[in-house]
Amino acid sequence: MALKIVKGSIDRMFDKNLQDLVRGIRNHKEDEAKYISTCIDEIKQELKQDNIAVKANAVCKLTYLQMLGYDVSWAAFNIVEVMSSSKFTYKRIGYLAASQCFHEGTDVIMLTTNQIRKDLSSPNQYDTGVALTGLSCFVTPDLARDLANDIMTLMSHTKPYIRKKAVLIMYKVFLKYPESLRPAFPRLKEKLEDPDPGVQSAAVNVICELARRNPKNYLSLAPLFFKLMTSSTNNWVLIKIIKLFGALTPLEPRLGKKLIEPLTNLIHSTSAMSLLYECVNTVIAVLISLSSGMPNHSASIQLCVQKLRILIEDSDQNLKYLGLLAMSKILKTHPKSVQSHKDLILQCLDDKDESIRLRALDLLYGMVSKKNLMEIVKKLMLHVDKAEGTTYRDELLTKIIDICSQSNFQYITNFEWYISILVELTRLEGTRHGHLIASQMLDVAIRVKAIRGFAVAQMATLLDNAHLLTGNTQRNGICEVLYAAAWICGEFSEHLEDPMQTLEAMLRPKVATLPGHIQAVYVQNAAKLFATVLRKHDGETESQAAQETSQLLIDRLPLFVQSANLEVQERASCILQLVKYIQKLQQKNVEVAEEVTALFAGELNPVAPKAQKKVPIPEGLDLDAWINEPPSGSESEDEKPKAVFAKEEPKHSRSRHTEVDEKELARRREVRKQEQASNPFYIKASPSSQKVYDAPGVEHIPVVQIDLSVPLKVPGMPMSDQYLKLEEERRQKEKAERKKKEKKKKREKRGKERKADSGPESEEDITPAHQVDIVTEEMPENALPSDDDDKDPNDPHKALDIDLDKPLADSDKLPVRTHRPEVLKSPAEDRDGESVPQETKKKSGKEKKKDKEKDRKRSKEEKKKKKKPKEVEEELLESQPEEAVQSEETKEAAAPPTSTSAEASDLDFWLSSAPVPPAAQEVTAPSSSAAAVDTSSAAAPESEPDEPKDTEPEDTKSSKHKKKKQKKEKEEKEKKKKKRHHHHHQHHGDAGGEDSVQNGTVEEEEPLPPMSNYSLLAENSYIKMVYDIQGNHQDESKVVVSVIFENKSDSFLKAMEFNVLDSLNSKLQRPEGAGAHDSLTVPFQLPPGVSNEARFVFSVQSIVMPQKLKGTLTFIVKSDESSTHEKLDFKLHFTCTSYLITTPCYSDAYAKLLESGDLKGSSLRLEGINMPFHHLLARICFHHHFSVVERIDSCASMYSRSIQGHHVCLLVKTSDQTVSIDAKCDEPSLLGNVLDEIKQTFSKC
Amino acid sequence: MIKAILIFNNHGKPRMSKFYEHYTEDTEQQIIRETFHLVSKRDENICNFLEGGLLIGGSDNKLIYRHYATLYFVFCVDSSESELGILDLIQVFVETLDKCFENVCELDLIFHVDKVHNILAEMVMGGMVLETNMSEIITQVEAQGKMEKSEAGIAGAPARAVSAVKNMNLPEMPKNINIGDISIKVPNLPSFK
Repeated sequence: MALKIVKGSIDRMFDKNLQDLVRGIRNHKEDEAKYISTCIDEIKQELKQDNIAVKANAVCKLTYLQMLGYDVSWAAFNIVEVMSSSKFTYKRIGYLAASQCFHEGTDVIMLTTNQIRKDLSSPNQYDTGVALTGLSCFVTPDLARDLANDIMTLMSHTKPYIRKKAVLIMYKVFLKYPESLRPAFPRLKEKLEDPDPGVQSAAVNVICELARRNPKNYLSLAPLFFKLMTSSTNNWVLIKIIKLFGALTPLEPRLGKKLIEPLTNLIHSTSAMSLLYECVNTVIAVLISLSSGMPNHSASIQLCVQKLRILIEDSDQNLKYLGLLAMSKILKTHPKSVQSHKDLILQCLDDKDESIRLRALDLLYGMVSKKNLMEIVKKLMLHVDKAEGTTYRDELLTKIIDICSQSNFQYITNFEWYISILVELTRLEGTRHGHLIASQMLDVAIRVKAIRGFAVAQMATLLDNAHLLTGNTQRNGICEVLYAAAWICGEFSEHLEDPMQTLEAMLRPKVATLPGHIQAVYVQNAAKLFATVLRKHDGETESQAAQETSQLLIDRLPLFVQSANLEVQERASCILQLVKYIQKLQQKNVEVAEEVTALFAGELNPVAPKAQKKVPIPEGLDLDAWINEPPSGSESEDEKPKAVFAKEEPKHSRSRHTEVDEKELARRREVRKQEQASNPFYIKASPSSQKVYDAPGVEHIPVVQIDLSVPLKVPGMPMSDQYLKLEEERRQKEKAERKKKEKKKKREKRGKERKADSGPESEEDITPAHQVDIVTEEMPENALPSDDDDKDPNDPHKALDIDLDKPLADSDKLPVRTHRPEVLKSPAEDRDGESVPQETKKKSGKEKKKDKEKDRKRSKEEKKKKKKPKEVEEELLESQPEEAVQSEETKEAAAPPTSTSAEASDLDFWLSSAPVPPAAQEVTAPSSSAAAVDTSSAAAPESEPDEPKDTEPEDTKSSKHKKKKQKKEKEEKEKKKKKRHHHHHQHHGDAGGEDSVQNGTVEEEEPLPPMSNYSLLAENSYIKMVYDIQGNHQDESKVVVSVIFENKSDSFLKAMEFNVLDSLNSKLQRPEGAGAHDSLTVPFQLPPGVSNEARFVFSVQSIVMPQKLKGTLTFIVKSDESSTHEKLDFKLHFTCTSYLITTPCYSDAYAKLLESGDLKGSSLRLEGINMPFHHLLARICFHHHFSVVERIDSCASMYSRSIQGHHVCLLVKTSDQTVSIDAKCDEPSLLGNVLDEIKQTFSKC
Repeated sequence: MIKAILIFNNHGKPRMSKFYEHYTEDTEQQIIRETFHLVSKRDENICNFLEGGLLIGGSDNKLIYRHYATLYFVFCVDSSESELGILDLIQVFVETLDKCFENVCELDLIFHVDKVHNILAEMVMGGMVLETNMSEIITQVEAQGKMEKSEAGIAGAPARAVSAVKNMNLPEMPKNINIGDISIKVPNLPSFK
């Protein structure tokens, strides 16, 4: 008792937690909804409290309620609050809730950007992990754009746990923000070789997803994946890779040849069924891709089919299912090898498992031949009768139709049989596929002329028995066939035996219960029948029959004139007037039959469904041009002038005549009303009108009540089974005849070769029962052949169709957070007005290719003009990730400027080498991956500075190219030329350069002059060295010095050694075990005219003062006749600027920083600066690593941070030619030196 | 890609649902209902794949499910996933649950759906398989559990005491309703490492 009291009071003190909620719901089974609504009220109260623990608890409960189907989006803001809690426990609750209920439409999502960014860079790996997991569920295009760079940084995190999550989430980022694919791809590729198997598997996963949609862009990765496949032991990774190869082989048959052997080995060796199955699948894909060229893979096919048979015969239903699935793939190219297992497949049709039956059905599709079609369909019809579930039965129905109609009715020998099958199918209750049967009926009747007589007879019977089809509301789907039946009877009415009877059937009052579009067809075709009847009685003077027909129409049509459906109403009133007029003429004994028939003269030909779309646009016709002056303003946006011809569905054309304007309609209605008023036959609508209509001629229609649960044999309908027998007999007869003939022949031509087909009858022997003329569908003259009809323009993956082998251009950078994103435009965008990836997204097919070429050209031009690309090395990336992506997008100088062809040829080389012995493979693999490094021109794994590079790229390439055709040599020459050109610019360090995108230096006004941060280190007649120093914000005591060595001589430079005399403050980082004065080997050699970049890491202690270090480079000059040892001294100048790192800063944070009062000020005045303000800012940003925080007219605030965390703030103002800079920094001497350096920069220009 | 992961019991009551594409709550419930309808009428010894593509996405999708005692574990995946692989993943998932809850039963899932989500988050992320190694998953889950406990510290003590008190009155404390055949292994399938 006491306990109960205590518990009660505590209950009031502490809110319900999740367990209590669940328990409560379980205890209130009867009034669950009521209980939950009180709980939600409680939760709302809890959410109003300030205590984050209470809020988190409430959000946790909401997550549970969301699962039960309650909308909790109203609490979105509270979820964001809980997400931003500093405690992991609550944060996790918040992110879980967000991942369950946030989506692109959630508006508070934009509030989360900074919180997520903070969590991503949290020192606690689980904070980061939880944020990544959550983000993967609700990432939006905005989030993807804003966070892409942060996630990219995480891909090189020290913890594999974070790395694998970061790698995996990149896929989602790519989907939402396709522009990020190119800049991020090199690093993703790098992760394929991550030491951690989890990260590796994640990278494989992502690339497989990407490649599945756009395989051709990933072909160049094949060698890498091949290596992984032969080395990996992780089944997950293997399965993914093998699946990926399955997607790649159709594009590159030579890849298939290479794959067959390792795959068959895997098939023989693996014990994992899943792996075996995927191997078989890929072998099948390979065989399909090879099927045209190489017939000698029958062994592999046999192996596959044999393995699959084992799977199908297995007692495990899962394996059986998969076996059938794979079998259906073989069927497409090697039907013969599957057909021998027909017994097994037919057996599976009787399986108790629906999934398996469906798979077996798929297989049947490919197994039919002229010979066995009827037999197989008969079996299927039996199943149709037996099937219980409508889904399976519908599936059977579509399969029967598919099987029969495949490849233009290729296997149908007897169309009467097919028509009767279709008619039998109309007896299916509640099927959704009425329209499918209808379209088949129409198709056959129109295209097979010989069958029309029979088809019309059948359709007439169907119409006569229409009440069987429509009687039950459940059977509504099937009434679609009446549409076809009515049309066929009307159009080909000359074949009707008793058109009068059919006409009567079509005008029964019950027809009015059919859907409108069917009634419309009824009315129209009644008119056609009317014409036929008239013609039949043509010549008979004062024909009673003809007049009776007119009277019948005049009696019955008013029912349709009343229809709610516009189409029906319009057609009916039209025809009614026509008939009345005819009746008048008949009464005057005028011959009308001929004229009425002329209304419906002419034959309708089948037209291909896509014909309209393929009509070529005549020359000189611009569909986008305005016909009249465009209306002003908003109106024009609603109209879509483009769609008029291309996109309109055929259906629209029918309803087009209803688009007459209102006035016209009103006028017509008025006319009709008057007409009706004066018409004695017109009966005005009244409650009892139905009876009145029914009165004439209805009594003699037999109305039979039939129990519809029993499938009926429609009276007078031939059964398809009969045909089977007939067909058999016919074939027997034919066979016998043929044999006779052959015997005769044999007797005549004895000694001549015997025909091979005396055994079981072959395909060609079966002659169709009717001389069948299958009319092909019409297409417009000179229709445009195009394959892209079926592409879905909304597919998100289309945007990811991006050429990844192309070197990165200026525009391919991830945006970095800035306060004002509008200044984020890259130079390329600026010049062309549109960004490259966006452009590619819009183009399709061939155009795209052209575009790519254009892009490439453009990027070439850019490079010539201003860019000096260098390679970002792994080392730098790891130490300084943000920087690397933002602006220091660099490229190895030795790499050719455009090398997609080289990339392709490397792949060629890898593929062309027929099964290589392991040793040789060892050689090719690294070289091709080295080539990949060259060509992708971005962060790719680079060898450590002290480890000699395995092959000199130029060398391998030239040796490879020897094997290739002349054309490629030409390309190579061109490439070299370009390369020279490219280097030429590098001679003058200031001619090439790059802009920092991040700094937003580019504005619409004027393009910036090119800039470079590289300054001359030393130069002599052999070699020239330029260098740049960058800080590293993850390690406060390290800077990276990038030195470009350029060989100016005609000789080969090798054994280059780099040494620096360390000072107390700055030391060159040497590998472990090396002495303090040892020199570092430059990890490459330089052929004449080539340059390359090496990086050296220095450790520094104090950064407030600039300093200089003396150093020496020694190298061997090797020419044809001699070799000499040379040396070059240099001075490395560590400026204070080089310790600054471009760090973006928000204006509010910036304001706080200035208010804090920790910073000491200093100022600087520059006179005679004659350059636009944005150029000035750009220079400061670029040369001194600042970022613009805010800019108002001719005043800007800028920010930067040193590697040791000093804040440097600048306020730059300009008036006339004077620039004043007010600066603040927490370290005065650093600030003084930085200002001096800025001054120097501007004094130079 | 995995499109959705659903756990519901023999009566179709959802025990956990995770959709990797956005649907409204109503659609989600409908999907769960229809999936249950499809799955529940199937016999025990027929294949574990179902072409239920009508529910989520196009015909490219498949339902791959396993039935353990009172619970159905259903994964809706597209063609880029290996069918047998996913079956194995379900097995890993259930075994992981079994380890984390010590003899898992339906009631564990009912009362600790958040924990189930957290375990799942270590296996599948955004519809893609993140980790298949059970011991790695358990290590990460336990490390996070530890963190949570250390954060709760003294502040969490009264709450724990309260819930202990609350549980005293409970006749049906969720334990020991075992999922009998939880240790069923996929025939011929060595677990992925």
